[in-house]
Formats: sequence, structure tokens, C-alpha cells
Amino acid sequence: MSLDRIDPEFRALPLTALADAALSRARDLGAEHADLRVERIVSQSVDLRDGTVTGVSDATTVGLAVRVIVDGVWGFASHVELTPERAAATAERAVTVARTLAPVAIERVERADEPVHADAVWVSSYEVDPFTVPARDKVELLGEWSQRLLAADGVDHVQAGVAQVRENKFYADLAGTRTTQQRVRIAPWFTATAVDRAAGGFETMSSLAPPAGRGWEYMTGGGWDFDGEIALLPELLAEKMKAPSVAAGAYDLVIDPTNLWLTIHESVGHATEYDRAIGYEAAYAGTSFATPDKLGTLRYGSEHMHVTGDRTVPHGLATVGYDDDGVLTGAWDLVRDGVLVGYQLDRTFAPRLGLDRSNGCAFADSPHHVPIQRMANVSLRPDPRRDTTTEELIAGVERGIYVVGDKSWSIDMQRYNFQFTGQRFFRISGGKLAGQLRDVAYQATTTDFWGSLDAVGGPSTWVLHGAMNCGKAQPGQVAAVSHGCPSARFRGVNVLNTQEEGR
Amino acid sequence: MRAQDVVERTLAAAAHLHGCVVLVRESSEAVLRWANSTMTTNGHTTSGRVTVIAFVAVEGGTAAGVVSSSAAVTGAAQLSALVVAAEAAAHDAGPAKDAMALPEPSGDDPSWGDGAVETSIGVFGGFAEGLAEVLAGPQRQYGFASHELTTVWLGTSAGVRRRWVQPTGSVELNAKTPDLTGSAWTGASTVDFVDIDVVALAAEAARRLEWGRRRVELPAGRYETLLPPSATSDLMIYLAWSMDGRPAQEGRSALAGPNGPRVGERLTELPLTLACDPAAPGLEYGPFLTATRSGEGISVFDNGAPTRRAEWLRDGVVSELAYSRAEAAEFGTRFTPTGDNLLLTGGSGASIADMVARTERCLLLTCLWYIRQVDPTTLLLTGLTRDGVYLVEGGEVVGEVDHNFRFNYSPLDVVRRATEVGATERTLPREWKDWFTRAAMPPVRVPEFNMSSVSLGR
Repeated sequence: MSLDRIDPEFRALPLTALADAALSRARDLGAEHADLRVERIVSQSVDLRDGTVTGVSDATTVGLAVRVIVDGVWGFASHVELTPERAAATAERAVTVARTLAPVAIERVERADEPVHADAVWVSSYEVDPFTVPARDKVELLGEWSQRLLAADGVDHVQAGVAQVRENKFYADLAGTRTTQQRVRIAPWFTATAVDRAAGGFETMSSLAPPAGRGWEYMTGGGWDFDGEIALLPELLAEKMKAPSVAAGAYDLVIDPTNLWLTIHESVGHATEYDRAIGYEAAYAGTSFATPDKLGTLRYGSEHMHVTGDRTVPHGLATVGYDDDGVLTGAWDLVRDGVLVGYQLDRTFAPRLGLDRSNGCAFADSPHHVPIQRMANVSLRPDPRRDTTTEELIAGVERGIYVVGDKSWSIDMQRYNFQFTGQRFFRISGGKLAGQLRDVAYQATTTDFWGSLDAVGGPSTWVLHGAMNCGKAQPGQVAAVSHGCPSARFRGVNVLNTQEEGR
Repeated sequence: MRAQDVVERTLAAAAHLHGCVVLVRESSEAVLRWANSTMTTNGHTTSGRVTVIAFVAVEGGTAAGVVSSSAAVTGAAQLSALVVAAEAAAHDAGPAKDAMALPEPSGDDPSWGDGAVETSIGVFGGFAEGLAEVLAGPQRQYGFASHELTTVWLGTSAGVRRRWVQPTGSVELNAKTPDLTGSAWTGASTVDFVDIDVVALAAEAARRLEWGRRRVELPAGRYETLLPPSATSDLMIYLAWSMDGRPAQEGRSALAGPNGPRVGERLTELPLTLACDPAAPGLEYGPFLTATRSGEGISVFDNGAPTRRAEWLRDGVVSELAYSRAEAAEFGTRFTPTGDNLLLTGGSGASIADMVARTERCLLLTCLWYIRQVDPTTLLLTGLTRDGVYLVEGGEVVGEVDHNFRFNYSPLDVVRRATEVGATERTLPREWKDWFTRAAMPPVRVPEFNMSSVSLGR
């Protein structure tokens, strides 16, 4: 990656002077560790309803944050003003916070070592910075998508939009690590609605396009076939309007990556966060059934289940060169051969598991928030031996349902009991698709569900999906994260009829 | 730069435009967080944001562009740059369907010239002392206390100059037995923490853990269920969020009927009223509207319009839906802004203890979690019970269910099927509290609440 891809406005900030001021003040005041983050996050959303713009909105967030460890106790402070004087004063405030909290801090912070990464630069993989594209072009493209959908039979309303983010982070610590990074991400979406006033009902169908760590090229065919999807969507929606209601009961499910990613996020991603597993989130996001005493023994799923954590996959939303602990990122196993073998960690949690290095999961969503352990890209590995297709997975089902696209999701605070709906459900009869079904939700307990996994598709079925808005912690922090997975087959999963549920 | 100067200088820089709205927000937040009976992340942060909305005359009407920045304002050039960017965004957006003349001012705001109001970690003075006592107790304690003061200045090219200080405070306390098999929760919302007795909240949680000494296992199924005020609030908030007029007019909402919106339809014979009210004592929100985006029920062209009490349900009947001024004109109805509090009234004077005492057999919930919409046509929601499901038999709590339940139920059916509604009290919505803390709700008895499956999560 070349240096000049870093946003010049960010480079123009007095980053070195801020680092020198904050770190030297912290050291002089007795901090054994100090780090400075300077962040500039620009975002833009463009939204349309029925082909007309409802909003074009730009936002910028800037600031600096200083984190210190003094006598084994954390301190944190942040400010919006980017001057060396303010950076030093903020460091002083962080030290004061640490000394104030010392009497009530029961535990002393111990951190895993990390090699020094001096003057490292990292830029995510994209072609066109969305913030170099005129908003008018964005409005035009989304308007054209909307008009194509509205022109189709049976489509009464269309909502469409795109969210874009460019995130710049500068990190410097007392050990000598200094990193400058830039990430770009984009989330296009559209939803078509069909209304049947006579029957008193309506149905929607949304794009299956994942949010991605890509630039504007994503909108014009670089990574997703929007034209193909727009051409097919009205017909699929019309078919869904006329589809029969599902009969509740146990079904074999073939789950498409466009749906399965979210089930992985909720039932594996959050459950293997170490801070949750040891109770840090107990009052809010919750804990995890996968506690550290079960590491290496918990039977999470069948032998086909191999889940990795990474911050390196190209175009991943959690992909970054160095985390907010200054750790060079990598990839590792969370579930191997169906057994829990790892957690997502930061430098504080790694030693508690007996590890000598963090796997790079520290992240703060803003200069005004303290870094916490956040989710890596958590992905299900495709079959490494055979490139099984989705059709072949379906062919192995006598009576079942093929689930496509995510929609509604809910899981309990220990990540056991979940319920998901989707965009489209196709009946499988005798190994073949046999039309859409309506009113489907699948409900299971995490370990039962993953235990019923009897085949995963091959690499050609693998899709990197994800979310822009994963929430955690109090005060709340938002993070973007991707999940790659193949199509996969699950035996005997409980399917609800949502009309009956609502009676 | 003072907030008032930011407003005036920005409006001056935007004088050539068709119109302009400037919104300055300064927030100050103090937080305490604890887990495993020790403090974890505490802090005091201040942040600000300037939002500029430019209205530009374009071919075919008026366009709006919104630009905001959290950067500290150190000079007028920054503000001019925001105006230029907002103007460009408006040109790119093209004519807005919700374009209206900005609301005229309605008298002077005597607080306009005042500064930002800040909180400090000192707001937790008495609370922190009580918390230290709680943390030293036998249970494992987890929780979060937050106090935020947000000062907002709104200036518009129509002459509106308004300021409002919004206090938002809450505490959540989650107590677990030392072996982590039992978990209980209490929570409260507050303006200033003066009224919060954390020792009493912890004692209530401890009493619930005591109920858990006897455990019962129950299968999934439909149960008579007592929803305490917190659980009621999380379901009613979702209902209030679903009261937008446009989707009901267009046939794509649970509030859409075959002949238009279901306004006027009676849901219950109980005289229940669901309302937001900027003047509700202790739960006040801004008397004027601020909007940084347009959408269903909301418009950037409405900045500065007075807010008012809106009754989504009145005496058991669907009464109002949310409309921006432009939508109200489009659909021939009344401007109805959404609000930042929610009140359900019309029940009896009964407390939840009174309702337990006259119960043969039912489930008593603590709160709800992870609520998501399953079917928008019926407003069917799913979610989980959390931190205590208790079995009531013969007028008293006889034990705790040894697990949680996943429910599937519509808040419309909570209203339709409620057989008893008690006294309204201030409560904390556990699920939605990141966005919504100001609620006053009654306990509600629902005869056959659908506990769809057992959740082993505790």
C-alpha cells in the first residue's frame, strides 16, 4: 500500500506533535503504558423513497484519546481539540482518572507483549474512495435502481440508500509503535414492497448485497451484481406474495450464506468473545454459554464445523492492519472439528488464557470511547476437500427448506436460543426446489443447531457477508464486522409458522 | 466559540440561501460501570456537534442538505465550510417532497443566551457510597449508571432561537448468586440521581434471588403472564415506533386496514391511553422539534415547530399516527410529531403486588430482551424473558422458573387481550434504554402470552 492513499486532510493533522506531547506528559507523570489515538471518521448517507431523495447527510467525527496504565490501573480521557497542549492535558486527565480509581480497582492490569511496529501504514483494499464521488452521481444511481424496481409489475414502493464510511486512525504508544491507517466501507440497500389492499397484507423483499470493506466500485459491479438482482427481485416478490404458508415442524434446512452469516454472528461470534465469557457484559449484552473452563472440550457442533476468527480477510469489515492495542492482526481458530478451541482477545485478556500474544480484537468506535474487545471477522470454513455446490446440498434433502437472505434475528443473553427469519424460503421436495413458502422462522438452541450440521458447501459457495451496526458495551459502541461462510445443510431444525405464532 | 455565536455566524454565512437551520448540541456524560462486583470502565466525557441544514431553491422546488461535524469550532471559516458543504449536498439531493416553509417563531426563549449545562462524576455522590456497600455484599454485582445532560440550541432563518437542556439518567443493577445460577435485575430512570436508592434497588434484586431458591421447570406454552412496567414499556415503545402515518396510509403497516389507517378502531374496552407528552412531570422533553434527517413522520423542514402531546391510543381506540407537516398536508390530517417519552395510562390503582395477590396461577416476568419484529403485518415481535421468570400460585410467588422463555407476541395483542391493567409508574425500558429512557407504564395481565420455546440462557 502506498502512503499517498491516506486522506491528505488526516495526514495534515499534527499527529507526531500530538503523540509526542501526550506520551511524554504521561510518561513524566508516571504511566507505565500510554497510547494516543487520533481519529477522523467521515460518513455519508443517501436515502431515497419511491425514487425521490429523502436525505443526503454528511457527518464528521474527530478527536483524540489518551489511555494510560498507572500502577496497574487504567485511565482514559478524550478531547475534540487537536493541539499538542490539549493532547498533553488529556494525558494528564487520563493519569488522574487512573490514580482516582486505584483504590477501587481490585485487579492489576497485565498485558501480553507485542513487537514494536514503528511508522506502519495500512490502507484497506478498495478502488474508488466513495467521498471522491459527487453525491449527485449517487442519487442518480439509486434513483435509477428505484425506477427500475418501481416499473416492475407488483412493486408498489421502493426504499433505497447507501451508507459510506472512511475511518482514519493514528495510534502511538510509549513502546514506540506508531500506525496510520485508513479503512473504507460501504453499505448499499434497497427494499421493494408489494401491497395487497384487498387481502389486507403486504410483503417486502430486500437486496441480499452485503455491506463490504470496498469503495464506490462496489456499486457499479465490483463485487456484487446489482443489475442482475434488480432484474430478478420483482418476480421473486410476486411469487412470495402468492406463496403458501409453511406447515410448522422439523425440516432439513439448506441455509444460504446470505442468511447463515447472521446466525454465525449471533451464535458463534458473540459467544466466543472473551469479555462476555467472563462476565464483563453480564448486565447488558450478556454472557456466553461457552465459558473458558470448557475451552478444548465443549462440543459446539458437528465435525463439519470449523470456525475461524480473522482481521485480515480482504474486504472484511473488521479487517484492519493493527488493532487499537497496537497489535499486528492475524487469523486463528475458534472452533475446530466441532470443538471450542479459541476466543477473541485483546492484550489484557490474552495472559488470562495463558497466551503470550493478543489476537488483535481491541477496537473503539470513536475517539471518545475506550477500546474494548470487539468482534473479528468470524467465518465458517467451506469444505476443504470437495467443492460441493448448493444444488448438491439441496439434492440431499427429501423434505426441507432452502433459506435465503437475512431479516429478523433474536438470541438470548447466553447465546443459546435463537430465532431467525429470512428474505426467501424455498420448499425442498425430493431433492429439488419447489416454490417459495411464507411465514417461516427457524428456532434452535446453538449447540443442537450446529450439531445438526451434516454438510458444508465448497469454496465456490462461500460469500463474505456482514453488518455495519453490531452493538456492545455501555456507553454503547458500534462496530462493523464481516462473516464468510459457505452454504450449509442442517438436519431436523424446528420451523415455526409466524402466523400461528401470532394467534 | 459560544453556541449562540455558532448559530448566528452560520446563519449569516447562509444568508444567501433559501433557508437554513443550525443545531448545536453539547453533551456531558458521566458513567459508572461494574462487573464481577468491581468497577470496570468509568468516565466523564463531553462532546459536541454542529449540524447545518441548508435549504436551496432548485428547479422543481426546494432541496435540503445536511452536514454535521463534531470538531471543536475555533473560527468562522469552519462554519462557512459547513454551509458550503450543506448547500452542495442540497443541490445534489434535488427537490425535496417534504419541502415546507420553516416554522415561524412563537415568542422569545428566555434561556436562549444561557450556556451548556454540564454533569460531573460528582452527580453520583450519594449513589456511589451506596454502591460501594452493595458491591461489598454477598451477591455478584453487575451494572451501569449513566447521567447525561445535553444542551441544544436551535436557530433558523425563520427567526427561531430556542434552547433546551435534556437530562437523561438511568441505573441498571444485575445481581447474581455466587454460583451464577440465579440472576435478578432492577433498574430505574432518573433526572438527577437524587431520587435513586441503590441499596433499596439491590435489596429488591436480593429478594428476587431469594425467590429463586425454589426452582421449577416449565414447558413452552401459552401462560397467563404479568408484565411488570419495564416489560410493558419495551413492548409499547415498539408499538409507538410503529405508529407512522405514511406506511399506514400506503397499506404497508400493521396499522393499515382495508380502507386506510386503522384510526378509530377500538382495540380494547379498557380505557387505555398511550401518549407522548413533552410536559409529563419528571419525564419532560423539548418543547420544540429538532430533526437532522427526514423520514416517515419526521422532516428537516419542521425544525422549530412546537411539540405537543400526541395520543396514539385514546380510551382503547387507535387515535393518532405520526405525520410531518408535509405528510399531514399530503394526507389531509394534523401535524403529529413523535415524542421522547411514552405514557400508558387508564389502568386501576393496583400495584403489581396487588395483582399477584389476586392471581390463581401465572408467570411474573422481570424484563424483556432482544426484541425484534417477526411479522410487520401483525407487528408480531419475538424476544426473551431475562433475569427472572417467577411462578405465582395462590396469590404469591412460589418459585423461579429454572430457565427463560422465547416469546412471540404482538404489542397490539397486549392491548387487545389485556384482562387487567394496574397503576402507571415511572419505569426503565431495559431493551430500548440506549435510545429511550423516559417511560411511565402500568403492570399488565395478559391471559395467554405465547412462550414459544425454552431458552437455557440464564
